[in-house]
Amino acid sequence: MPKESTFKNMAVCLTVVCLVCSAVLAGIYVMTRDAIAAADAAKTDSAIALVVPSFDNKPSEDVIRVPFGAGDTANVYVAMKAGETVGYAIEVSAIGFGGEIRMMVGIDSSGNVYNTSVISHAETPGLGSKMTEEAYSGQYVGKNPSENNFNVTKDGGEIVAITASTITSRAYSEAVKTAFSIYESIGK
Amino acid sequence: MRKIDIVIKGIVKENPTFMLVLGMCPTLGTTTSAINGMSMGLATTFVLILSNLAISLIAGLIPNKVRIPAYVVVIATFVTVLELLMKAYVPSMYATLGLFIPLIVVNCIVLGRAEAFANKNTPVDSALDGLGIGLGFTCSLTVIGLVREALGNLSVFGWKFAEGDGILAFVLAPGAFIVLGYLMAIFRKMTGKKA
Amino acid sequence: MRKLLVSPAPHIHGNENTRKIMRDVLIALAPSVIVSVYFFGFKAIELVLVGAVTCMGVEYLVQKYIMRVKPSVSDLSAAVTGVLLALNLPPNAPWWVMLIGSIVAIGVAKLTFGGLGHNVFNPALVGRVFLLVSFPAIMTDWTLPDGWFRPEVDAISGATPLSIINEGLASGLTLSQIMANHPEIDLSWTQMLFAKTGGSIGELSSFALILGFVYLLARKVIRPHITLSILLTVAALTFIFWQINPDKYTDPLFNILSGGVLIGSIFMATDYVTSPMTAKGMVIYGVGIGLITVLIRYFGSYPEGISFAILIMNSVVPLINKYVKPRRFGKEVANA
Repeated sequence: MPKESTFKNMAVCLTVVCLVCSAVLAGIYVMTRDAIAAADAAKTDSAIALVVPSFDNKPSEDVIRVPFGAGDTANVYVAMKAGETVGYAIEVSAIGFGGEIRMMVGIDSSGNVYNTSVISHAETPGLGSKMTEEAYSGQYVGKNPSENNFNVTKDGGEIVAITASTITSRAYSEAVKTAFSIYESIGK
Repeated sequence: MRKIDIVIKGIVKENPTFMLVLGMCPTLGTTTSAINGMSMGLATTFVLILSNLAISLIAGLIPNKVRIPAYVVVIATFVTVLELLMKAYVPSMYATLGLFIPLIVVNCIVLGRAEAFANKNTPVDSALDGLGIGLGFTCSLTVIGLVREALGNLSVFGWKFAEGDGILAFVLAPGAFIVLGYLMAIFRKMTGKKA
Repeated sequence: MRKLLVSPAPHIHGNENTRKIMRDVLIALAPSVIVSVYFFGFKAIELVLVGAVTCMGVEYLVQKYIMRVKPSVSDLSAAVTGVLLALNLPPNAPWWVMLIGSIVAIGVAKLTFGGLGHNVFNPALVGRVFLLVSFPAIMTDWTLPDGWFRPEVDAISGATPLSIINEGLASGLTLSQIMANHPEIDLSWTQMLFAKTGGSIGELSSFALILGFVYLLARKVIRPHITLSILLTVAALTFIFWQINPDKYTDPLFNILSGGVLIGSIFMATDYVTSPMTAKGMVIYGVGIGLITVLIRYFGSYPEGISFAILIMNSVVPLINKYVKPRRFGKEVANA
């Protein structure tokens, strides 16, 4: 049988409930703080692993922050093996058909695209979403802007756009080109 | 009623999705695949059991006029605990469920059970009710997710049984509503409920 | 909601009369079917036949074995849905896409609501939109099938003029630049009227569609209000925008003759069950459709908007019917 709803009872009850809940939350937070940080780093590392050659450091810790554009900074993750730099993973974004496309572009030590992978996007399923498939993203592998034209064929370049998804394809190319300009500006 | 009956009631006669029609938002939003639906169901079950138990224990101490705010704070705490634990130990599941985890707080099922059952029954019964309803929710979400995934993505639990894309409408919003509607009709016909 | 079945004159008294009307609609569609066969050959016939047969088949099976009522397939309404849906598909669409469309159009949009007379949304349109969402690559691939005698149509391959323009505008080009890039788009009205616009097999010849419209009017199957209010609204709105910026907004005639506006306004929006009862209601309905179509075309991301516009207005029809009641003969007008 619940207590009477006097002002004093209500105030005390709510205060106690909130205090207890806050205590529980604080406790769990402290308990999980390290595990969460580690999980975040692992997530970034595995996103990076998709786009650069194998490495043995923690690129999420070896990050160069590069200013670019109008006051933004870009994250360039350095991948190393046995002390030698084997590649750079650059987080970029471009505006696609349905919104922002966030990608990781990996450039190896010879200045070519090693691989690209999409972190998040809002493109049309079945059309623009096909950019994550190898048939499309594989076109960029091993190329670099000084030798290859990263525009879609409609704009005179080499990249074959996804059928009926020219805007998505263009955005993807833009992102790769942006990654290269960031790469260039770090003066490796 | 027998303890086991409490659990079964939540799965069939009072199935939150097909009978009580509660928790529609996560139902429509997370059933893009069987695994997603199941994960959401299990996450909600976790919260349901704990919140039903806790609320049943403290129901006697809370004055009537402030019971809703008190319950909501308790539920929100459990959901945040769940969120922190998921972030730390199953980050991939956390990423897939995303925004829907905090939405469990306002999932009508949780507050609804607190009001309809937990504050009037013993802690053990309340926990069992949470388990039953949660299992019912998990089952229906998994089934809906299965249908949508099979038709829309040609896969079950992530394993593709045919190449290519499926009927995309099913992994998008329209398909969610259509599948939900038809499954609800079939479920109700099978359990003999009129309309 | 009470299930009072109300429809404008002529009133349907049963299978016989529905069938007569549907037969007229099929005849009105015949010119368009013939034109599409002329250009697309075997594929067009295949799609139209598969459409009609599967729609009727689905209706028969569901009515007989799931709903347990007497099948009403002989009223030909399912056949009309099938032909309409087929005319909305690109020529290369595989037959199973048509089948899925039929199942959704008849099974979901028509029978689940209770059958002819009870559906809220135009079944053929629901099928078309479902297919558009589900198979975007197939539904937007307008390449022509091989192996058929096809005079002068080689220009059309890949995208319809509407989608080329839409895409071009979205990436910031002006109309004149787009036209310069695509010399094969010929927007002269003779071309559009008599066939050259790329599109679904039903959009091809505006002339054939208009013939059908005239036939339906002559047979008193439909009244002109809906069709005309849609076309006039689209023309008026696009005219205004076109005057403001001819480089960004396409001209009115183009807008009327492309993107399924004709087939939508003549055959889809005029469906008895899903359109208003009174003339005034019909005009409101038509204006709404025209308005939404133009908004989607100019400001939305889809190149054509009439399918969505009609479906949205379908849902408003009960409201229109509620507020725009037919005048009751004999009722005194207060203070007349």
